[in-house]
Amino acid sequence: MANYGTNEFKGGLKIMLDGDPHSIVSNEFVKPGKGQAFARTRVRNLKTGRVVERTFKSGESVESADVMDTSMQYLYSDGEYWHFMNPETFEQLAADKTAVGEAHLWLMDEAVCEVTLYNGQPLAVTPPNFVEMSIKETDPGLRGDTATGGTKPAYMDTGAVVKVPLFIEEGEKIKIDTRSGEYVSRVK
Amino acid sequence: MSPSTVDACVPAGHAWRPTASPAALRQAAQLRAAIREWMQQHDVLEVYTPPLSFAANTDPQVESLSVASPSVSQGSASHGTAPEGRGYLHTSPEFAMKRVLCAYPETDIYQIATVFRAEVQGRFHVSQFTMLEWYRVGMTHWELMQDVEALFTHLWSAFGLTPLPVETCSYCREVHRRLDGWPDDLKGETIRDYFIKHHRSFPEGLESDVAASLDLFMDEFVLPDFNENAITFLYEYPASQAALAKVGNDANGLPVAERFEVFIGRVELANGFHELSDAAVQRTRFITDLEQRRVRSQVPVPIDENLLAALREGLPDCAGVAIGVERLLMILGNYSHINQVTSFSDANA
Repeated sequence: MANYGTNEFKGGLKIMLDGDPHSIVSNEFVKPGKGQAFARTRVRNLKTGRVVERTFKSGESVESADVMDTSMQYLYSDGEYWHFMNPETFEQLAADKTAVGEAHLWLMDEAVCEVTLYNGQPLAVTPPNFVEMSIKETDPGLRGDTATGGTKPAYMDTGAVVKVPLFIEEGEKIKIDTRSGEYVSRVK
Repeated sequence: MSPSTVDACVPAGHAWRPTASPAALRQAAQLRAAIREWMQQHDVLEVYTPPLSFAANTDPQVESLSVASPSVSQGSASHGTAPEGRGYLHTSPEFAMKRVLCAYPETDIYQIATVFRAEVQGRFHVSQFTMLEWYRVGMTHWELMQDVEALFTHLWSAFGLTPLPVETCSYCREVHRRLDGWPDDLKGETIRDYFIKHHRSFPEGLESDVAASLDLFMDEFVLPDFNENAITFLYEYPASQAALAKVGNDANGLPVAERFEVFIGRVELANGFHELSDAAVQRTRFITDLEQRRVRSQVPVPIDENLLAALREGLPDCAGVAIGVERLLMILGNYSHINQVTSFSDANA
């Protein structure tokens, strides 16, 4: 396994810390004129998503993490696992609940997701930034009300609940930003 | 002052271009002119000393760049294993300037020099930068702090800015207040436990190096409190961190190094000393440095025997300070990256 020295640290670098893969969020080089140099980093634990600060002595080296992001197509869920396919190699992988996390709310057939692999196993699933979904259930639309800015909950097949404008009807297709879980627009 | 939005990165295909804007180049020239004006007003003589020397800075925390240089004499270097014909680019003009002072002890001198360090680059770090260094004969480090304040007032006025107020912080007392021990009596474990108690990251094994643990302690817990709109003088350093300063006593008779650093916010701008003049003590510190270099597997460097010979002749009682000119300009011009105030960066020099 490769090692990275502190002088190679940069945002996005994947390293092993305390037995878990981490991604460097930011790194700043600190050195008093007459003193020891340090690398002050913020790192994200790729298993838990938690971001912590971590300081290294300058020149220290850290093991690289065998982590890579791959674009994969969502196939189906069997209730316990979510199945994905690499569209180039047709290789299939199953991600468990921990890896999928909140992403399951936005997984629809053939959605192309970023699957983060650690030692070849899915560690995290990032849905596309925007998805289009049909509303399964919501209160009847208030016709003509496009100005008041009021919202109501709309329920999706996946279990997601999105706040939508009052004029939106059941069965309509809407565009959603998965990063915020917010309604973007109607899809015609 | 409005925050500068200039991008510090060199766009692809434009590596030939300066990283500083025309405005930044003008400000840099304005700053050098204002410095020279103040020095002339205070009767401090500008000197120039050679950037290339047969000897190097022994400080284990400062790595010199070396070049092949057949013309540089090896005659007066000692303790080094440097190959014949190697010269070292100065990391500060200190040794040469002290030799001038030993020879001509009645003159205050200053220099604006490009200095070189084998250093990682960052927002505040570049491997070649401009250092303003000056020496005042007969002054202590206390008086020199007032000198620094007076220069800053002059520079801020030259830039049309309101001069900053001064705040002070005693290194030893600050450590004592938080860690309940005088820095030189502390164990690395005590410092480590303080980090753990405050949920801060402490590099593995760092506790075996008390000086480095203290460096990180200051950076983590003390520097963040420094006022961004004031000049903070950090003084009364631990005796173990005396470097090239005299060791004296604080008001309670405890040993402290007679040196100071100057900060604005947490940006370190300057390092000042009540200069060590004892040749024997200086030699011991050089040898201690080389021993530390050996322990850390760093390259050995030749000691400047000419400096030691000069010190034996006698250094007048004096205080000296070195200021990072680019960092000063970053603050005066409100720049966020050092590349914005250097004509070219390390990446396209």
